[in-house]
Amino acid sequence: MSVPPIVEFHEVTKRFGDGPLVLDRLSLAAQPGDFLAVIGPSGCGKSTLLRLIAGLSPVTAGRLTVDDLTPADAAAELAFVFQEPTLLPWLTVAENVELAQKLRGTPAAARAATRQGALDLVRLADRGGAYPRQLSGGQKMRVSLARALSLSPKILLLDEPFGALDEMTREHLNEELLAIREQKAWTAFFVTHSVSEAVFLSNRILVMSANPGRIHTEIRVDLPYPRTNDTRLSRAYHDLVAAGSRLLRSVEEISPVASRA
Amino acid sequence: MSRKFLNVLLPAATGALVIALWYGVHFWLAAEMRFLLPTPDAILAALRDNGDALWRAALNTTAGALLGFLLAVVVSIALGLGLSLSSLVRASLYPYLMILQMTPIIVIAPILVLWVGPGLRSVTVITFLICFFPLVVNTTQGLISTDRHLVELFRMWRATRGQQLLHLRVPAALPYFFTGLRIAATLAPIGALVGDYTAGSSAGDGGGLGFSALIYSSQAKYPALFATAAVTCLLGFIFTAAVLALSWLALHKWHDSYERADK
Ligand SMILES: Nc1ncnc2c1ncn2[C@@H]1O[C@H](COP(=O)(O)OP(=O)(O)O)[C@@H](O)[C@H]1O
Ligand SMILES: [Mg+2]
Repeated sequence: MSVPPIVEFHEVTKRFGDGPLVLDRLSLAAQPGDFLAVIGPSGCGKSTLLRLIAGLSPVTAGRLTVDDLTPADAAAELAFVFQEPTLLPWLTVAENVELAQKLRGTPAAARAATRQGALDLVRLADRGGAYPRQLSGGQKMRVSLARALSLSPKILLLDEPFGALDEMTREHLNEELLAIREQKAWTAFFVTHSVSEAVFLSNRILVMSANPGRIHTEIRVDLPYPRTNDTRLSRAYHDLVAAGSRLLRSVEEISPVASRA
Repeated sequence: MSRKFLNVLLPAATGALVIALWYGVHFWLAAEMRFLLPTPDAILAALRDNGDALWRAALNTTAGALLGFLLAVVVSIALGLGLSLSSLVRASLYPYLMILQMTPIIVIAPILVLWVGPGLRSVTVITFLICFFPLVVNTTQGLISTDRHLVELFRMWRATRGQQLLHLRVPAALPYFFTGLRIAATLAPIGALVGDYTAGSSAGDGGGLGFSALIYSSQAKYPALFATAAVTCLLGFIFTAAVLALSWLALHKWHDSYERADK
């Protein structure tokens, strides 16, 4: 049981310039294979947390290691999925998925194999030649996911990836995401504003409070994997969603409102 | 009535109405004033009678317009790349570009002719000055408006600056660039005309359309003057059509501005 954590925050503090404290001495250890959901009031620093791990923004104080490296050095082990699909509109679906590898100089044949595998995973194998504007919102998001998976990341960072989609699409994508993970067990940080999504996907839910951002509580989700639509009908699932919602509500009430919000 | 049929009929009807009005005004004028608005058939006749001279003038103007336009494209791409580097560079150069843009070209054209020499040279330079501002502003804006998240993805992928430019910033700037190009295409023939109006007969053999206009108006050959205007119009259409075609080639597959309404 003494596996070293793959992502470790030790008293990490973050502020932008001389602005207010965004994250306050945050400590957290993610074990390999953890699926961490992050919920909390808007503006509490969820995106910032992910951006620190991704090396897109430096920590102000404290220590953050990703697979024993600094976030910047660990870039090759990370993939980021934003709330918007963030595809390059002038490239086809296939070209979008291949782009990162192309920039790294991977030979075309190897690229094509990886790309095909990734598109198969998200069930878009036959849409490789389409341009992003020809796809639905859900399909674009799956391309974005395929692009992230094609990098074979150890850690997947997802910032409200399905937040803009309708509920049916989102539930399907959640099931797909877990099915994909059965094959390749990356560690996930998944920011969401939906408690039920957090419960369905994760084994740990971090509930954050705002101003400054702190981890208020951690909820363990001991529902067995693989999870299916039946999981959503179980008593345990409902109890966890109810408890999570109550907790989120109380956190929102205790969080002081940001002065400039 | 089918939509297709209307699409042909309505513009044709508008055209017929305008021509009818035109004749109406011509004949409504007192006989001794009718020279002020020559009839379309008189203009067509002038076009035929001065065909050779107008053709040569049009070629001269086209050469100047094309050269100035291309020069503006090349310079504004280079300058746009420089300006996109940092807001500091922009802050130090934009005011002077603005001053250049505000300077009325018509006023300084005579001195420009003295500076760069008469003929095609000054026509090219004046066209360049008129086309260049919308191009450089749009190109720069395009190069600095890249989606923030896409830039961050490139950073996470460890893309080099060159890769970021080639695979991200330049393609993302294309729609802006073509907006500038369309504006420049409508300005280029006008710029060339202003140029050879000032540069006079030295702009190629017999001068360009601007010089023709000068001659015809001094000789009170008004139908020929209108014919010159018509040729200039046509030139503008050709320039614009060529740029629209290029823009279509570069963007129609992926850019939203070419989205069909029914999709
Ligand atoms: N680049 C930035 N510069 C300054 N302040 C920022 C920046 N990014 C985020 N913040 C601030 O940090 C706080 C947390 O933001 P964020 O992490 O986006 O919250 P969340 O994702 O939980 O809604 C907010 O108060 C926001 O205004
Ligand atoms: Mg956020």
